[in-house]
Amino acid sequence: MSFILEVRDLVKDYDGVHAVKGISFDITEGEIFSLLGPNGAGKTTTISVLSTLYKATSGDALIGGFSVKQQPQEVRKLIGVVPQELAIYDELTGRENLSFWGQMYDLAGNTLKKRIDEVLEQTGLTEKANQRVKTYSGGMKRRLNIGAGLLHKPKLLFMDEPTVGIDPQSRRAILDSVKELNRQGMTVLYTTHYMEEAQELSDRVGIIDHGELIALGTQEELTRQVGETESLVLHLGDTDVPETLAAAVRDIPGVLQANISDQSVTIISPAVEAVLPLAVVKANTLGYKIRTVDIQEPNLEAVFLKLTGRALRD
Amino acid sequence: MRKLWIIGWKDLRLAFRDRSALIFMLLAPFLLTLGLGLISGRFSGSSSGFNSIPVVIVNQDEGQIGKELVKLFQSDNLADLLYVVVIDKAATAQAHVDNDKVAAAVVIPAGFTESIIPDANAMLTGQASGKIEQILVYSNPNRPTSAGVIQSIVKSFTQEVEKMRIAEQVAFSQMFVNGILTQNDMALIQQLVAKTQSENQKTKNLIVLNNQTTTAEAKDFDVLAYMAPGMALMFLMFTTSNGGRALLSEKNQGTLPRLLVSPTRSYQVLGGKVFGTFLTGTAQMLILIVSSGFLFNLRWGNPLAVLLLVIVAVFAAVGWGLLITAFAKTPGQVGTAGSALMLLFGILGGSFFSLSNFPTWFQMVSKITPNAWGLDGFTRLASGGTLADIVTPLCALLIMGVVLFAISIVVFNRRNVMRV
Repeated sequence: MSFILEVRDLVKDYDGVHAVKGISFDITEGEIFSLLGPNGAGKTTTISVLSTLYKATSGDALIGGFSVKQQPQEVRKLIGVVPQELAIYDELTGRENLSFWGQMYDLAGNTLKKRIDEVLEQTGLTEKANQRVKTYSGGMKRRLNIGAGLLHKPKLLFMDEPTVGIDPQSRRAILDSVKELNRQGMTVLYTTHYMEEAQELSDRVGIIDHGELIALGTQEELTRQVGETESLVLHLGDTDVPETLAAAVRDIPGVLQANISDQSVTIISPAVEAVLPLAVVKANTLGYKIRTVDIQEPNLEAVFLKLTGRALRD
Repeated sequence: MRKLWIIGWKDLRLAFRDRSALIFMLLAPFLLTLGLGLISGRFSGSSSGFNSIPVVIVNQDEGQIGKELVKLFQSDNLADLLYVVVIDKAATAQAHVDNDKVAAAVVIPAGFTESIIPDANAMLTGQASGKIEQILVYSNPNRPTSAGVIQSIVKSFTQEVEKMRIAEQVAFSQMFVNGILTQNDMALIQQLVAKTQSENQKTKNLIVLNNQTTTAEAKDFDVLAYMAPGMALMFLMFTTSNGGRALLSEKNQGTLPRLLVSPTRSYQVLGGKVFGTFLTGTAQMLILIVSSGFLFNLRWGNPLAVLLLVIVAVFAAVGWGLLITAFAKTPGQVGTAGSALMLLFGILGGSFFSLSNFPTWFQMVSKITPNAWGLDGFTRLASGGTLADIVTPLCALLIMGVVLFAISIVVFNRRNVMRV
């Protein structure tokens, strides 16, 4: 098993900000690797350095054996990038967009035409291929944005939060297409702040926060870190102040952590069934209105919560 | 090179699919040309749009034709157009031109009438030299358009006189040889011929700048031949600054970063963007030239020279657009600076008013604009000039473009504009 990507002590500083603080990890050929972390954790900066857009402050990464610092031109031929923004031209048609991006990856003639047709089919845009992108829905634009990164059949595909701001149906289509690409042999580095996406797609996950890789491994390896603990989530009313309830439930025996997020309090405990009635009593005493209660199995969210004391979406 | 072309062609398509850009690129210059044409009377025939072009005339000819040419310049028909001063000395007239006091000096040489209509004896004995004295039009290079008007007036007058001279000389010679006319008759006829030719000039009303006449010479200078390129050049500045704006917009929209992580080098991306702006500007100019040619019946002059002038004018204008982009931080800044520069260059470069109406220092300052050089070239060509006549504006625009590109590239590198 060979590594397509080897990251070593990668550091990126800019404008006085330590955006990436010496992270190291490898990606094996054929796997889907997710970088999971909240907004501002350093995911996009990491991808920008690995895709040669930014130059690393120190450290290096090898892609297919080529250094992103020393041999960026060689690296660019091996990678495909699906940026978080919709990096496509609204005034061009879908086909014209794909033709332009294909030519930027040195495709031409019949090969280009064939690949455009295949990618249109793959992204479900064949029927709309000759319409201008400005007439597309958000989901269609996202799919075209992905398609533009696939034309040259990259060995390693970087996907930077490709499902941000789209409807559930398009999101599902994108996740399925990532799995399909992987089945066809493509290695994928996928960044997200959605725990569910990382859980569904990834062979291995790296959890990143404040520019540091705080956990790395398969999902089983990571959830094992939080032991047999489960999460109890109390969803509060719109006017309730979660901080007061969180402080109150921390006194309940068996509660390891109580964290707040939006209008909810997440309690981590090895015995949530026993904690639940006591937490509800505390809430009632304080005059809180609990709208719903969730009990969650150990998951990546719990891992992040345990490691950082914050929820992923904070 | 292939990628330069692909990026450039993509940008050309994007520009021509952007409705708001099209309004500025094509509709606005077209409508402004139309409006200025209406104001100037180009379409109604009421006025030439130019007035009081200063001209001095030196008439050293004792004969009738010289006098009639002076009368023509002083006629009511041209009173709105010209401010005529008749003086005695050719040297003084040339000095007025050299000092930029007048647009042109017209010197009618001594013996001009005599050279056109030889006296009776010379005609009878066949001793007439046949050499025609030439009227000298001494043009002011700082006022090419106004000087072109004067040249056109003189040219149309002399061509008509020449045609009649040949026809009538042949007819009267034959009559005299056949004994129909005596020597005395011929002397009288000489006077009459001169008078008649001059009268014919008036009745044919050749010197009309408002497209009222059917004679080709009268169309030699069309006021729209100044206004149309003036507007086209002014809005060319919009196109070139818009190209710079597009470069920074791509940075914000994410397409520039995406280009930079493809196997496309940053100089190819920048070159392609510049080439796209160049293609768009050239297409804009050519569309305006062809459409105004058809719709306004406007003659731009030698097509090859016009094309060459368009190319170098666009090159220089792209240089300015690139310079703005090199110093700007956001697309908005490029847009604002571009609009300001468009108007400033429009005024300074003579797109609204003929530069010949302004003092010398103003005309000197105007030389920093592609508008002034471009207008100079276009008006020369519209007045019948050839490629050789526009060598100076061509070279000036070329040098301007090269210098601006060089400065811009240095600034681009220093400011890392192509980094995201």
